[in-house]
Amino acid sequence: MLKQRYFLVEALTAAGLIAAPLLLPHLGFSPTTINRILVWGLFGIGFDILFGFTGLLSFGQAALYGTGGFVAAYLLTRLGFPSVIGALLVGMVAAAVVGFLVGMIALRRTGIYFAMITVAIGEVFYFVEFNPLSEYTGGENGLPGVPTPSLNLGFTTINFDTDWTLYAFMAFWYFVGIVLALRIVRSPVGAILSAIRDNPVRAAAVGHNIHGYKLTAFVIAAAYAGFAGGLLGVLQAFMPPDAFTFETSGQLVMQTAIGGAGTLFGPLVGATVWLYLSDFLQTTLHLGATWKLVLGVVFVFLVCFLRRGVIGGLRDLFALITRRRQPPRPEQPSEPIAVQQLASLGPSRRRTEKPFTGAVLEARGLTKKFDGLIANKDINFKVAQGELRGIIGPNGAGKSTFFKMLTCEMRPTSGRILFHGRDITGMDVARVCQLGLTKSYQVNQLFTRQTLRENLIIAALAERRGTFSLDLLRRLDRVPGLDTQVEATLAMVGLTARADVAVAELAYGEKRRLEIGLALASSPSLLLLDEPLAGMSPRERKETVQLLRNIRRGRTLIVVEHDMDAVFALAERITVLHEGVLLAEGTPAEIQRNGLVQEAYLGGVAAA
Amino acid sequence: MINWPLFVSQLFNGLVLGALLALISSGLTIIYGTLGVLNLAHGAMFMLGGYAGWLAYTYTNSFIIAVIAGSLFVMLVGVLMERVIIRHFYSRPHEDQLLVTFGLGIVFVETVRFFFGSLSKLVPAPPALVGITPLGFMFYPTYRLALLGIVVVALIILYLVLYRTRIGMIVRAGIEDSGMVDALGIDVYRVFMLVFGIGAMAAGFAGIINAPVVSIAPDVGEAILVQTFVVVVIGGVGSFPGAVLGGLIAGEIISLTSMFNPGYSYVMLFVAMTLVLVLRPYGLLGTAGRE
Repeated sequence: MLKQRYFLVEALTAAGLIAAPLLLPHLGFSPTTINRILVWGLFGIGFDILFGFTGLLSFGQAALYGTGGFVAAYLLTRLGFPSVIGALLVGMVAAAVVGFLVGMIALRRTGIYFAMITVAIGEVFYFVEFNPLSEYTGGENGLPGVPTPSLNLGFTTINFDTDWTLYAFMAFWYFVGIVLALRIVRSPVGAILSAIRDNPVRAAAVGHNIHGYKLTAFVIAAAYAGFAGGLLGVLQAFMPPDAFTFETSGQLVMQTAIGGAGTLFGPLVGATVWLYLSDFLQTTLHLGATWKLVLGVVFVFLVCFLRRGVIGGLRDLFALITRRRQPPRPEQPSEPIAVQQLASLGPSRRRTEKPFTGAVLEARGLTKKFDGLIANKDINFKVAQGELRGIIGPNGAGKSTFFKMLTCEMRPTSGRILFHGRDITGMDVARVCQLGLTKSYQVNQLFTRQTLRENLIIAALAERRGTFSLDLLRRLDRVPGLDTQVEATLAMVGLTARADVAVAELAYGEKRRLEIGLALASSPSLLLLDEPLAGMSPRERKETVQLLRNIRRGRTLIVVEHDMDAVFALAERITVLHEGVLLAEGTPAEIQRNGLVQEAYLGGVAAA
Repeated sequence: MINWPLFVSQLFNGLVLGALLALISSGLTIIYGTLGVLNLAHGAMFMLGGYAGWLAYTYTNSFIIAVIAGSLFVMLVGVLMERVIIRHFYSRPHEDQLLVTFGLGIVFVETVRFFFGSLSKLVPAPPALVGITPLGFMFYPTYRLALLGIVVVALIILYLVLYRTRIGMIVRAGIEDSGMVDALGIDVYRVFMLVFGIGAMAAGFAGIINAPVVSIAPDVGEAILVQTFVVVVIGGVGSFPGAVLGGLIAGEIISLTSMFNPGYSYVMLFVAMTLVLVLRPYGLLGTAGRE
């Protein structure tokens, strides 16, 4: 894991960069090719944070690459800006600002919509460069005469004007780029970005402002693109207009996929393969323009069969050879949940609210209509501090709709929801979670590509850091109180021994507990559980009921459940919904005797 | 001062382009709606239609045969593509689907370049449709007028297939919930293959009938793909009426902006797309929940 060996990757990168000029020329790489690989590699680091880590596949990165490149080149060639490095940094900032604006538009949607929008945006920039702005960008001629950098040290000036000195310059920035990127992916923000890739819905539900983090990833990618674009101009002594083409964006995507997304080094490896093959096919095999066809076919095969790129393939191979795959674990039963006085969580960051005496949660006249269908009608509902409330009702009674409105996943057509006396109607899920109201889902919503501990870390991070925080360079293990929070949650759901197991390897019952654990890790004062016993074996049910008994200490719980025995045993008060309206409310005993309830469940037989 | 005759003729050009974009976009959108795959090789399908038609034309000198050959060839390519490759990507993440169709698009373009070179090819319009037709208020190239008619007919046929046939009903049900269709005992995979073929054919057909207007080259599909995306974002992904509406809007924007400065046509297209994204994030006729 990234957790240990903090400086190993950095040291190896430095060693590789120093060794490259000694080794690669023997393999047929020219210095210019090596420098171009570094530019692509740096461009790709940012893109990998966006695509590999956050899961946002953009086909418009050329727009930002070109922006940074042309701003830097314009400063240097037309305005006589004195410092190359200064111009590169200005170009980077310009690209980041443009990236922020573009991101605001593109990130209104995700998935394929995002891909389509970025394609369109990329094309717009290309046309803008060629037409409206051709006076500044040189149109199809580009901007020639970009100077080489030099560094004035006072006593002497270093000029980076030969192939290998330029290599030193490029390699230095690549190294800076990779060190920063490693810090970012190991920071709390990096963990949250991966969580967004895995399960954006849950990442928001545990209290993160996922839009803000996605925008952050987009801006980071833009900054890398902008700086790399500037380096391209420096490398070629000329800023080419084709930096803006769709082909540039496409090549970046393909190189990243070839090398392996989500590795940071993938784009570098991909660029090496790409540029080497293109040189080899064109000059050695004399294939002329056909080289792109060959590369296209290779790429399709790679996507089909080597899903995680060259780096992923090498890792698998390495694991196979060294047999480092762990032997299958003996099925060890998870720790039973005993009646226990649990280690309470560390002091929560947000425990500032003054003691509140009224209802923890109150719904007033809650109504939800879907076109003609009225799913919930004028429901009034109150839950007192520390109560364990059950909500039951036959299928189609409107329980799910009601629950979704309470957790702010769905906006009511009319009515208000008050949490600790505060109106939360229409608030977004992440904000509500930060106030202390969260839910566990009927269908598991986990971060499936991570370990159990990493899952809980993501939830606990929201509790520790709030909806949005830009601690990009802070190490994950330096977040105060995070460890205590995670350990306490692990103990509470009885999964301490399984903490470092990947979610995919957990048994169903364990996943259900983790599901509840994710909600608990955000230290809610009010927890809503949507069918916590769904799909469980009788033994697992018993354990989970015990778990619910344990976690209710200091919390208010609302449980929707079909398992009547469990609800009647657990809850102090029960609310019955039927056909969208509140049918009855009372203690389990009262509900059991209620004729209306019997009629609703048994269709009037019992009431007769 | 606006030059009115030019304005009207550009309005017409916009209509023709819009109808064409509507046809291509509906192909893209029904594939996405049913299969959940965004085909980044859709622009290449447009290009392939043009080339297949051009090849048929050079052997037969018949425009009709060229259109039929172009459409059927692309349909075949679509069906094969679905069978051999896309089928294995349904269960894989969206990103992988994007990557593989993007790669396939490059393979198609470069294969064509390999065989036919980079120079553009022209398929002449059938003799009966050459020349200029007086419309009373202006003169308009006959073939473009015919093109408008042909595309409208094609769109109506597509509409009828989608909304009035059994297979269309299955496709529309598949757009809503393909899992449910599967559960009802319908062989979704066969439907998927067919939809992919029809969707690709829409682009291929557009490619060949547009060839007399704009000459074909290996990379002709790239610009079309971008415009198609804008159309779909404006209209709403997975919506056939949305594709038609979005197509017409995009066509008019491109055409009317070109009257003042062609360089800004993409900028205006982008402004329109942004407005839609801000005001109606799911597209003019799209529905929520389809990502």
